[in-house]
Amino acid sequence: MTNTIGDVEEADVILVTGSNTTENHPVLSSYVKRAVKYKNAKLIVVDPRRIKLTKFADQWLRPNLGTDVAWINGLMHVIISENLHDKAFIENRTTDFEKLKSMVEKFTPDYVEQITGIPAQEIIDAARLYANAKACAILYCMGITQHTTGTDNVKSLANLSMLCGNLGIAGGGVNPLRGQNNVQGACDMGGLPNVFTAYQPVTDEGARKKMEEAWGVTDLPDKVGLTVTKMVPMAHDGDMKAMYIIGENPLVSDPDLNHAEKSFGNLDFLVVQDIFMTETARIADVILPSACFAEKEGTFSNTERRVQRVRKAVDAPGIAWDDWKITSEIAKRMGYPMAYKNAREIFEEIANVSPSYGGITYDRIDREGLHWPCPAADHPGTPILHTAQFTKGKGTFHAIDYIPPAEQVDEEYPLYLTTGRVLYHYHTGTMTRRTEGLNERAPESFAEISAQDAKKFGIEDESMINVASRRGEIKVRAKISDMVDSGTVFIPFHYSEAAANRLTNAELDPISNIPEYKVCAVKLSGVA
Amino acid sequence: MENQNTIVINGNRLNFTMGDTILDVARQNNIEIPTLCHLKGTMPTGNCRVCVVDIAGEPDLVTSCDTKALDGLIVQTESTRVVASRKQTIKQMLSMGNHNCAVRAPHEESWTQYQLKVHTEDNSPELCPAWGDCRLQDLAYHYQVAGSDYSNVETLYPMEMANPFIIRDFSRCILCGRCVKACNEIQVNNAIEFGYDGEKKKIVAGDDKLLKESDCVFCGECVQVCPVGALVPKDARFDRQWETEKVRSTCSYCGVGCQIDFHVKDGKIVKITGAEDTAPNYGSLCVKGRFGFNFVHAEDRLTTPLIKENGKFREASWDEALDLTAKRLSEIKEQHGADTIGVLTSARVSNEDNYAAMKFTRAVLKTNNIDHCARL
Repeated sequence: MTNTIGDVEEADVILVTGSNTTENHPVLSSYVKRAVKYKNAKLIVVDPRRIKLTKFADQWLRPNLGTDVAWINGLMHVIISENLHDKAFIENRTTDFEKLKSMVEKFTPDYVEQITGIPAQEIIDAARLYANAKACAILYCMGITQHTTGTDNVKSLANLSMLCGNLGIAGGGVNPLRGQNNVQGACDMGGLPNVFTAYQPVTDEGARKKMEEAWGVTDLPDKVGLTVTKMVPMAHDGDMKAMYIIGENPLVSDPDLNHAEKSFGNLDFLVVQDIFMTETARIADVILPSACFAEKEGTFSNTERRVQRVRKAVDAPGIAWDDWKITSEIAKRMGYPMAYKNAREIFEEIANVSPSYGGITYDRIDREGLHWPCPAADHPGTPILHTAQFTKGKGTFHAIDYIPPAEQVDEEYPLYLTTGRVLYHYHTGTMTRRTEGLNERAPESFAEISAQDAKKFGIEDESMINVASRRGEIKVRAKISDMVDSGTVFIPFHYSEAAANRLTNAELDPISNIPEYKVCAVKLSGVA
Repeated sequence: MENQNTIVINGNRLNFTMGDTILDVARQNNIEIPTLCHLKGTMPTGNCRVCVVDIAGEPDLVTSCDTKALDGLIVQTESTRVVASRKQTIKQMLSMGNHNCAVRAPHEESWTQYQLKVHTEDNSPELCPAWGDCRLQDLAYHYQVAGSDYSNVETLYPMEMANPFIIRDFSRCILCGRCVKACNEIQVNNAIEFGYDGEKKKIVAGDDKLLKESDCVFCGECVQVCPVGALVPKDARFDRQWETEKVRSTCSYCGVGCQIDFHVKDGKIVKITGAEDTAPNYGSLCVKGRFGFNFVHAEDRLTTPLIKENGKFREASWDEALDLTAKRLSEIKEQHGADTIGVLTSARVSNEDNYAAMKFTRAVLKTNNIDHCARL
């Protein structure tokens, strides 16, 4: 997030898109709801599903799946043609406005209506509401990123925010909501193929030299590595030989699971480090048991870049170890000494080699976390980014055209499928499905279907149905609901026995390599 | 120069900002006024009347939580009438339900009868679940109030146990409304409200449904703010505060990073509550964060390294498993090159764990093939 969670209550207008916030970030959703109900903020929700937040919204735009660039360009078209943009901000803080302007020229409300299904007048109203706000916070989540045009979608939101001067101010910003407790931290720590900690590029010789010195090694690799979504096809072709998987369950969470299963099965050696015998652990050669979050010391970095302490409350079961200790012991046995006394010592090394974490210590975050960048011991941390300038100086407007989703419906597969989570479960369910009460609330998978589609395809409410895509087929319970529009089906992906990801499309965004989980084509049939 | 607004509380002349309540001014100056229904972050109502104070020249006591400070007011927070009023308020609350703790003056004859009745209704020989962690009990001790007559205590509404997380014990509800505030003004789930009138008054979900059939999403904010034993977590009903140790940490579900307190008893987590004094959640949690911790102590946790032989896993020592892993990774690196090895680190584990995995991948394996599930 460019801004903080608490800052949401400072906004005059909040635009939430591709985020079912009340289910996936419930506590953050309270900030949104409070802002609307008690602080007179206006809420615009843009989402294909009738999510709970739509009840709090002043305006709910319901786009067709995968048409985000079109509606965002549509808003910008209206804002520019009605002269509502922030000229001073554009002049002082950005470049390439003219390119943006000529791109969005064709995105008239009528043209956008044709693509997105959102009535032209609603585009105009939303644009005016957004542009007339003193501060507008944009919140988004995987409904924006998990598309073949995910990067385009995010850049378009950044365009919109810059166009109205909403960056670097309280109550504004472009705020991705991180879905997992430490996604932010895993990225900050360089758990990515292209960067060391704090986003220092592996292709940068200076960064490599610095790390070589800090670690006492030579010849750190200078070529960008593979993303997970590229490793899997390589394994499929036999070119990836071994994988070491820590605390992940790709055999439920990967797209196009049938393909992923074959790929992982092809590896010569698979080691899985986890707290449970997951679907992925089952096919491993070696399983290493680790301590869970309640059993270790450390830090997580949350979605607002706040580095917070994690503390040990209970002992790990059996002889399970901290993850860092297991990894260090493998390193030692491969000839490299990685002998840390404890998590605090590792954190001190992190702060030493990572400028944005440089001023953070366990002592400073003992009672309350700090927002990075926090480069020095006396730096208070940075709750709001880009207040004076952007990281690279001026912000660039990107002229982005609309590209439809990779897979389209046809006669054989006439419905769109989109996936997501429910309140009571988390990701692949490894943790939440071990709490009886949560299972009682959300016992099994389901497919949300509109009443019109149910009638059209002869599906009865609560009946078991087959849902099939070009890649696989699952059996789930039909749930007739007005959450989805006709033409669209929604299935949560938590349930391995009816894994939605047997259906999803592994087609990737060319830049971020994120798969298009949010759109694919399916067909329905009753179970005989 | 700003307008100098001053108020005198217990003889202390104090400056204040217009808009502050008497309670605000007192608290800013470390003057204690007891409260019960008052809930930080919500609109005060003066509902319970515990926070009454005496204003010079005013015939009636006023509730300090919702009375604005005015220039020149002279306030007493513990005058004789204030204390008498508070005692009466507390006594009334104590006598309206199953408050079976020591403050109920056990020397009286009706006590035994009453205690037996409560045990039957509780289906337990324990004292009230909130005993030792109860605002009403604290106030009763503070003002030396005991309930007097137990014979008229009738339980109007039966206890609701019909959901996995929250026990609603109407017999112990003092109708302070903190749960209603928490649900409507903090979490804004709008699931509960005051219902019925007069003696039948009750906190209702929807049109008096069971919680599980209402709009309740089981965030448990109401449980956390309940000052008495009316709302308790089902799995930790009689786990006493003094038997548990609190450990502050960060929730491990979504990316909000709510600050939590583990309540640990005999080496096990029995309860999780939201940390009230700190960002980003100031006490709030969701159903997963508050109630979804059973996995920690699940029977099927992995407890020992496992090695697969002939298609089956067998238990192994750390040395054996780690030696094998190091050997196989070294062989594959040697034979096929470092870039045929990939590491998936995790958005679930700590920064320290991620850093170790990152360093291992780059410095030891000598590949940049490291990623995690941010994309999935």
